Amino acid sequence: MPARPFNPALAALREQIAAMEGESAAAREVLPFGVPDLDRRLPGGGLALGCLHEVAGGGNGAVDGAAASCFAAGIAARLPGQVLWCVTQADLFAPGLEQAGLGPDRVIYVEAGDDVSVLACMEEGLRHGGLGAVVADVARLSMTASRRLHLAAKGSGTTGIALRRWRRQQEAYDFGQPTAAMTRWRISVLPSAPLPVPGLGRARWLIELIRARAGESLDIELEACDGTGHLGHPAVLADRPAQAVGA
Amino acid sequence: MLAGRVGNRRLVTAACAVAQELGLTVGMPVSKAQAMVPNLQVLPHDPQADAASLERLALWVLQRFSPIVTVDPPDGLVIDSTGADHLHGGEEAMLETLIGRLVMSGVTARAAVADTWGAAHALARHVADPMHVAAPGTTEALIAPLPLQALRLPPATLASLRTLGFVCIGDLLHQPRAPLTRRFGPDLCRRLDQALGHASEPIEPLRPSELVEVRRSFAEPIAAAETIARYIGKLVVQLCAALEERGLGARRLDLLCWRVDAHVQTVRVGLACPQRDPQRLTRLLCEKIETISPGYGIEILSLTAVMVEPLDARQMASSLLEAPAPDLSGLVDVLANRVGARGVYRMAPVASDVPERSVTRVAPLSDPVGAGWPDHWPRPTRLLARPEPIETLALLPDHPPVSITWRGIRRKVARADGPERVFGEWWKRDAEMIAVRDYFRIEDEAGERYWVFRAGDGENSETGSHRWFLHGVFG
Repeated sequence: MPARPFNPALAALREQIAAMEGESAAAREVLPFGVPDLDRRLPGGGLALGCLHEVAGGGNGAVDGAAASCFAAGIAARLPGQVLWCVTQADLFAPGLEQAGLGPDRVIYVEAGDDVSVLACMEEGLRHGGLGAVVADVARLSMTASRRLHLAAKGSGTTGIALRRWRRQQEAYDFGQPTAAMTRWRISVLPSAPLPVPGLGRARWLIELIRARAGESLDIELEACDGTGHLGHPAVLADRPAQAVGA
Repeated sequence: MLAGRVGNRRLVTAACAVAQELGLTVGMPVSKAQAMVPNLQVLPHDPQADAASLERLALWVLQRFSPIVTVDPPDGLVIDSTGADHLHGGEEAMLETLIGRLVMSGVTARAAVADTWGAAHALARHVADPMHVAAPGTTEALIAPLPLQALRLPPATLASLRTLGFVCIGDLLHQPRAPLTRRFGPDLCRRLDQALGHASEPIEPLRPSELVEVRRSFAEPIAAAETIARYIGKLVVQLCAALEERGLGARRLDLLCWRVDAHVQTVRVGLACPQRDPQRLTRLLCEKIETISPGYGIEILSLTAVMVEPLDARQMASSLLEAPAPDLSGLVDVLANRVGARGVYRMAPVASDVPERSVTRVAPLSDPVGAGWPDHWPRPTRLLARPEPIETLALLPDHPPVSITWRGIRRKVARADGPERVFGEWWKRDAEMIAVRDYFRIEDEAGERYWVFRAGDGENSETGSHRWFLHGVFG
């Protein structure tokens, strides 16, 4: 799917809309993923900081949220400052997060009883302004709640990531409901590339950008976060000749 | 053994466990005890020191367990745990923690929870071994078989009751009250009613003079949330001024609301580091207003800094240096008071190969640990609270499974890596002396990656049951 050609009229319209929304597009900072194919599609060339983003797992990942939390940890790891992680069930394994780049000293966990208090804690973290990122495992995220979180994130410049995770796979249809989040991602696991010897290669994900405000959606197959939180091109693509990478 | 003077006789007033085993009892003349046990160590009884140390103990309980504590001389403490037990995981868990902490510091204690002070007093001294939790509403049945000493009566009354043939509390419960009152005075029936909960017995909370306390009484009882919030604000300003005078910062605050019907509602907030910033403290307290039930109105509000620590003015980093790290203590306090202090934590590594033991929770604002975990083996992002048994098809001794069935779904294993052998920690438990777990990373045909292990090394059945478990999910 080729990227749309740059249209000055559209860009002017976008700026006008951004001005009406009370945010100047130029002032917004972004966090590039370091994957040109992905960054080119995101408005501003990366993940917008100081916004709310939504991440969910595909398939069984909707229940265990393992790949999605790895993806969120990779983003949080590349942002400076402490990270607040709000959960309802404490099943995150800190050594696993460290292998996605997020060391134990950087994460403060909050174990709240239910979804409502998780959202309240997340909002509190976003409003504080001294954190690098706030991640929360939430199941239900209404338009009102997400709007509150988004405004809180915009006010302080802290990036919020709502990690959508449901008790049962059937409840994942909730992910189709509209929210105020800037982007919406679905991370599904894919079989890894076979190795010449018995063993497991680097995990591979299908990263779907389902929705991006002022951007286009996209499907891309990438390798999971490395020890610094960076995604990688699959080996077969990474070894293409230089001119092919730009295409 | 301690000896005290009662009248003109020297009697044994306390004896340690060893002495009691030798046949010494409290109330025995000292000369007789010395005759029974040569080389007996006799120390003089010092009631004032006893009272002082009991008060110290009460203060310790006040700081750690419940806002309303007082001493019950000569040898007891009364704790009103209403609204405080859930912070320690329920009544039973609270007693266990309390007794455990006391035993560790060398104090033998017995404790009971009951509906009333009188009943708890009786149960702690005559039933608890070393603890007893009475279900609500069972007071009468529980205290009926107890001896009369449990009623907190003067010795003269006890002796004459015994002469009349009364042995246990149950004998008294169904006697006509009028003759008893005429003979023994109002005390006996009052004690009975207090034990059964028919008469109220307020606990006057211990407030040692060194505690910083401010209080405000209202001519007209207050009940509205906004009014309470306004007066909390005023009290906090007073408290902070008092703290500043002494160079202290509060670590724990108790707000006691005395209602017109003599009930006390308590609010307790904790702080991660000493504070005396009125705004921050007011905010923490006001968030808890919804937990106060004002009933017919509140007539006294009192605010106490139960735990304080020295707080000196600090020099701020100048802007020439690198930007100071953001202060997260305010956020941590708000979150900790919302979800409970145990709900806010950071993870720190522990030197252990057993996955569930390799992490520990530390306070959210503790110093950075620096090092992480060794990273030569991949670790899952989600670890199940306890390993779940799975059905597998696998070759012994060291092959990964060919297929697994987890939560009723069968998955064929496409690729696998392992085993990573984890040995039991023989220095922790005897059962782990030769225990072994073999961990495998497996990937099914859809690409889902799991962390499974087999209990045992696959050859020797003493090393484990050879059953398979799923322990984590990789991202």
